[in-house]
Amino acid sequence: MIQLEQIHKSYRVDGRDIPALKGIDLNIAAGEIFGIIGHSGAGKSTLIRLLNLLERPSAGQIRIDGDDITALDGAGLRSLRQQVGMIFQHFNLLGSKTVARNIAFPLEIAGQLGRAAIDARVDELLELVGLTEHKHKYPAQLSGGQKQRVGIARALANRPKVLLCDEATSALDPQTTQSVLQLLAKINRELNLTIVLITHEMDVIRSICDRVAVIDGGKIVEMGPVTQVFLHPRHATTQRFVSEAEHIDEAAQADAFAHVPGKIVRMTFIGETTFEGFLGNAAREFNIDFSILSGRIERIKDTPCGQMLLAFTGEEAAVAAAFAQFRSRGIDIEELR
Amino acid sequence: MDFALLSQIDWPEIGTATLDTLLMLGGSLLFTILLGLPLGIVLFLTAKGQLLANATINRALGLVVNVLRSIPFIILLIALMPVTEFITGTRIGLAGIIPPLVIGASPFLARLVETALREVEHGVIEAALAMGANTRQILFGVLLPEARGGLIAGITVTAITLVSYTAMAGLVGGGGLGDLSIRYGYYRYQTEVMVVTIILLLLLVQALQSAGDRLVQRCTHK
Repeated sequence: MIQLEQIHKSYRVDGRDIPALKGIDLNIAAGEIFGIIGHSGAGKSTLIRLLNLLERPSAGQIRIDGDDITALDGAGLRSLRQQVGMIFQHFNLLGSKTVARNIAFPLEIAGQLGRAAIDARVDELLELVGLTEHKHKYPAQLSGGQKQRVGIARALANRPKVLLCDEATSALDPQTTQSVLQLLAKINRELNLTIVLITHEMDVIRSICDRVAVIDGGKIVEMGPVTQVFLHPRHATTQRFVSEAEHIDEAAQADAFAHVPGKIVRMTFIGETTFEGFLGNAAREFNIDFSILSGRIERIKDTPCGQMLLAFTGEEAAVAAAFAQFRSRGIDIEELR
Repeated sequence: MDFALLSQIDWPEIGTATLDTLLMLGGSLLFTILLGLPLGIVLFLTAKGQLLANATINRALGLVVNVLRSIPFIILLIALMPVTEFITGTRIGLAGIIPPLVIGASPFLARLVETALREVEHGVIEAALAMGANTRQILFGVLLPEARGGLIAGITVTAITLVSYTAMAGLVGGGGLGDLSIRYGYYRYQTEVMVVTIILLLLLVQALQSAGDRLVQRCTHK
């Protein structure tokens, strides 16, 4: 649905060109929640602003539904923007207008509905984001989470095909973040709306994204389904994001490596195998022993998954046979020592 | 002060002068807003990084505004006499004073308007752009409503400045309280007339300020 091809973007600062994006290729499918994660300055803000041409690329093509949008100007550009909703880190609501008038604003801009139709649509949107009773309040009277809900309702007013989320939960506390994310996931499911979000928080990606791209230094360094990228991070930047999110204590792990006997492996299981008692079974069947060094069981979006660091002791052939059995059940085994 | 002196004051004349001041103020404020508000909007929109960024227009208007603002009003009043005559056909009276008042106060208001518009968060403008708004929709739907408090405060300050400008109107036969206080209070040593006019001007300024403050209060929702 959205294709970026060899996108370059540089800014002119003091007569010199400072590159922000260096050759981005992306393909975002209709109906998916696509996350872009990166540290500040990695280029993710620039990247998301290219999708509604708040920023123009220095080179490369951006296609939405097959049409190259980089050539758009004037009325064509404004009509594209009416089909691409956007929400922001600091909400960017109009302080002089009530909640209802804020949501009505994009409809007034589009100018296709009459007063009564606009009011009806606003009520529908208020219902969707759960703010019906706050209709006549001003943004200053709302909490952060409520403000972002107004932002979401406003972004959806013109029934866009795509919703862009620019660090939409970064100004919110963890609990509010989760409720806003769940609202986005619900909208994605119910309206089959494509969502592109940028964030610096792995938790956001893990909660709702289908696929993720990791951006660093203006380039995409890793991309794939969230389960894959999250459980098997390859690039150093991704690994850092994951270990930050998981609070993995590298020192404690190194300590375990130094003192624990046996074969140390990282086991990763996704989906139904997560809750099966395969470890105990294997220990009995092959007469081997294991100890758990660290582990986590969680959900990535709707998929249960787990990852454990284990030390196996026993006859080498028996341990190898056990590993072969695990692998045949679709469990990933990475031998670390 | 001897209260018996109050009886020597020509109250009807004070009434006329008050009315003259109010007429000068109302007329000049109206035209100042009509000229200063658009000028401030253009100054804002043509500035670097804004919606209609245009260095040439911005610099030219900025120069005109700065030149007019650097000339003391009393000099502007005299220097503009031929211009006033060209516009209104007279150099004296209400019609003779309103053009210089407007030309003196508009650049002042324009700068205040520009500052008020700059206070509007860029993110809000960006959000409107992302919705597909054009410049006109952003101006009337975002910039002016969001800056309303600042704009009213700017108009209030300008109105008060105009009160003091009208006091110089006597120089061109414009009449009003300032003229009265100079003619009676200064030339004829009738201090009590001066005191009464000062009190009236003070009340006027006070009334303008609290009306402005109340309006600002009513249209900000913070």
